[in-house]
Parts: sequence; C-alpha cells; structure tokens
Amino acid sequence: MAEGIYTKREDGRGFSEVRPMKARVGVVPSADGSAIFETGKTKAIAVVRGPRTLHPQHMQDAKTGILRVSYGMMPFSVEDRIRPGPNRRSEEISKVTEWALSSVVDLSGFPNTVVDVFVQIPQADAGTRVAGINAAALALAHAGIPMREMVSAIGVGKIDKTLVVDLNKYEDSTFHDGEGSTDIPVVMTSRTKEIALLQLDGKISVDELKAAIEMAKKACGGILKIQMDALKNAGGQDE
Amino acid sequence: MAKEKRQIVIPGEVIVSGNEFLPGDGAYRDGVDVVANRWGIANIFEKHVRVVPVSGAYYPRRGNTIIGTIVDITFNGWLIDFGGAQNAFLPVAEVPRYVNKNEMAEFLNFGETVIVKVWDVKSRGVDVSMKMRGYGKIDGGMIVSVGANQVPRIIGKEGSMVKMIKDATGCDVTVGQNGKVWISGKDTDKEVSAKKIVEFIAENVLLPGLTEKVGNLIKEMGLEISEVEIIAENTDDEEEFE
Repeated sequence: MAEGIYTKREDGRGFSEVRPMKARVGVVPSADGSAIFETGKTKAIAVVRGPRTLHPQHMQDAKTGILRVSYGMMPFSVEDRIRPGPNRRSEEISKVTEWALSSVVDLSGFPNTVVDVFVQIPQADAGTRVAGINAAALALAHAGIPMREMVSAIGVGKIDKTLVVDLNKYEDSTFHDGEGSTDIPVVMTSRTKEIALLQLDGKISVDELKAAIEMAKKACGGILKIQMDALKNAGGQDE
Repeated sequence: MAKEKRQIVIPGEVIVSGNEFLPGDGAYRDGVDVVANRWGIANIFEKHVRVVPVSGAYYPRRGNTIIGTIVDITFNGWLIDFGGAQNAFLPVAEVPRYVNKNEMAEFLNFGETVIVKVWDVKSRGVDVSMKMRGYGKIDGGMIVSVGANQVPRIIGKEGSMVKMIKDATGCDVTVGQNGKVWISGKDTDKEVSAKKIVEFIAENVLLPGLTEKVGNLIKEMGLEISEVEIIAENTDDEEEFE
C-alpha cells in the first residue's frame, strides 16, 4: 500500500494511531445517565432519560421497551454555522445509532416504555457519529440500563491508497487527490467482538475492507479501555 | 460476616467464572462466565452474584415505600405517578376504608400525593397498597426530591440518619424509596431545616464520615442532637462503603 500519495498523515499521527481520547460520565446531573466523549477536536455529549412511559401510545410495544435516539450537531460545531434542527443527515445518524445500540441494550423488562438517548455534538472534526455512539453507550451504562455488553465505535478509512484509523476533518472531507477518501464507521461490541454497525460509502476493495476492519477492531479495544476507566472512576465525581 | 467481594463492573464484563455461581439481578450467564448486564457494584454473596446499580432511574421492588401523585382514576382504583417507568396502580380494595366507586375522587383526587407500599412488581406495572399504618394521603408539609440512589444514605444504617433528623428538628420525615422525602412538622422553620439536612446528605452521599458531618450541620443550625452512640456506630459502616 506504500505506492499511494498519502504517505504521511496531516497531523503527524501513525496510520493506525487514534487521536487523543477522553471520556467522562455524569456530566448532566439532571439526567438519568450522561457522558461526554472526545476524540481530538470532536466532542460528543450523550444524555439518557428513562425508561419512561412512551407517548404517543400507538408507538408502544407490549413486548419490550424501545430505544429512541436523537442526534444533532450544534449550530456552532463546525466552521460555517449549520441550521439547527433535524435534517436528512442527522435523521440518518440517529437511526443508525439506534440500530447499533439496540443490538446490545435489553429493554424486555420494561414493556410499553421508551429510553431516550440524546446525542449532541458541540464541536465537530469528523467522526462525530462514532464519538456519539461511544458517548451514548457510556450514558446508557451510566443510567443503569440493562445491556448485554458495551459497544465501542471508531471510524476507519482509506485516503488515496492508504488505510488509516480515526480520520480527522481534513482526511474525511478536504482530501480529494488520487483515489480520494473513503470513510467507514465501525461499531464493535465489547464481549463477543461482533460488528454492530458498518457503514461504507466510497470505493474500497474486499481485501482492503478486511484489513480496515482488523484495524478498527484493534482501535476499539483501546476505546473500550477508555470507556471502562470512565465508568470505573465515576463514583467519586458524579452525584 | 461472610466475606463479600465488591467491585465496579461495566456491562459485558465477566464478574466471575464457574458453574457454581448463580447470576441474580443485573447479571447473566454465558458459558461458564457470569457476566454483568449493567453498570454497578458487583456483589458476590455465597455464590449468588448480583450487580447493584449506583445511578439511573428508580426500579421499584416489593416492600418499598414510595411517594407519588394521583394521575388517573379508573373504575376500580387510582393510577399513581412515582417517577418510575410505569405508573403504580392502587385498587379500591387496598385503601383503609370503604370507598364508593361513584365517588372515588372524594377520597383521592387528581394531583393529590400519597404514601403507598409496593405490593407487587410485574413487568407491566406496579401494584401498591396503603392499608397499613403510616401510609395514606399526604396533607401539608413539604416534599424534597432527591435521587433514588441517594435514599439508602438518607435512611442510614437501620434508619439512624432519619432518626437523627427527626430528633433534631422534631419533624416527621418519611423517605420514599423512589427518591421523594416528605417532611412535616409543627412550624415551617423546622421543616426548612430538615429539608436542608436532607439536601445536604443527597449532595454528599459519597463523603466519608457523613453522619458526623450531618451532626455538625445540625449543631450549626442551632438544633440539639441526641443519640451520640448511633453516630459513632455508623461511621464504621461508612468507611466500608468507601
């Protein structure tokens, strides 16, 4: 893969090196659970409320509680102001986050209820959906919601012909030379190491995709450690 | 005392391995491993493994005392909102006196607050009763809302903390396990003092030697405190908690 033109990363990281990450739970005292997750300049805050009775009533499921995720970027999170409120992109991300988290969350003990997860991005520098999922998983755990396991998320991608982990804004959207950039968000479960979400738009060969997923797997192990530390050291600060 | 092992676990973490262990609340079995399915403090007691939540919403259990508000009146009972996932149901048969089914609102009307006991917890809802002493409609006083996870500290070991507040302020203090505390006293000043003490405890649940600090707070307020023995006995327990 050395023949590509992207031989050195824009911010000087190694190709399989993630940005510095930070996580903390209990950032919103009024919520049932909350967490903040940062990778480099990207920040995500997740808040969990519930389980509580679901309205409108026709959405209720008599067999299980449901998970409802809402993702949004704050107007000042990017360089140009973005229009607040739901848009096509945020609706999509809310939905895929919901699917990824539903695979580990077990709400069968709370029929007819909803657990609301609100993800907000106060500062964006690519990889907001994966940061959002990491924060949401932490917030769900912090809220004491039954989960079979945790999830960790990471963005991997291909810049020209080079596979990289945790793309930043330049790599994700500014780089257009050579073969351009492809971005693949991957969500992994912590115990069974299964893929809970994999999105891919762009071009990549089968072998490269396999290699990229291997890289994501490795990176998710590191993220899980950060999430674990955040939860284990939480007792002292929150509530 | 049997040896108890305590550790903070995250969902998906193996608490202990071995077929002899029995997964309880907040844990499940996967092969030989007993795995946590929520975040909390893992408690292994005589091969019985459970995870005690340390944050999050209130989950009712049988025998809990809860304080809630009437939100609906049905043909055979009342629905009570207590801040949980579902509303609690109080049947007419579970109130201490005969109520005419046509005049149910005269006994308990919308928006009125009651202290009830959890009788049964099903996944579909909670049945409650108020047929015992100390339960019933709340009249006067004030309600302080704290987190459901702070409640054990407000009650203290064998009710020592509540007793301390009661003795110092002369107020009647009822703690609902859902995080609502009802304070009722002869005058508002005393009620406000009791409220301040409860809020102090709720903000400092993880403080070591909390009982002593609450004692100091009571003294600062110019109230008298008795039962020094209980305070001394209780500090040991708090060290263990840390």
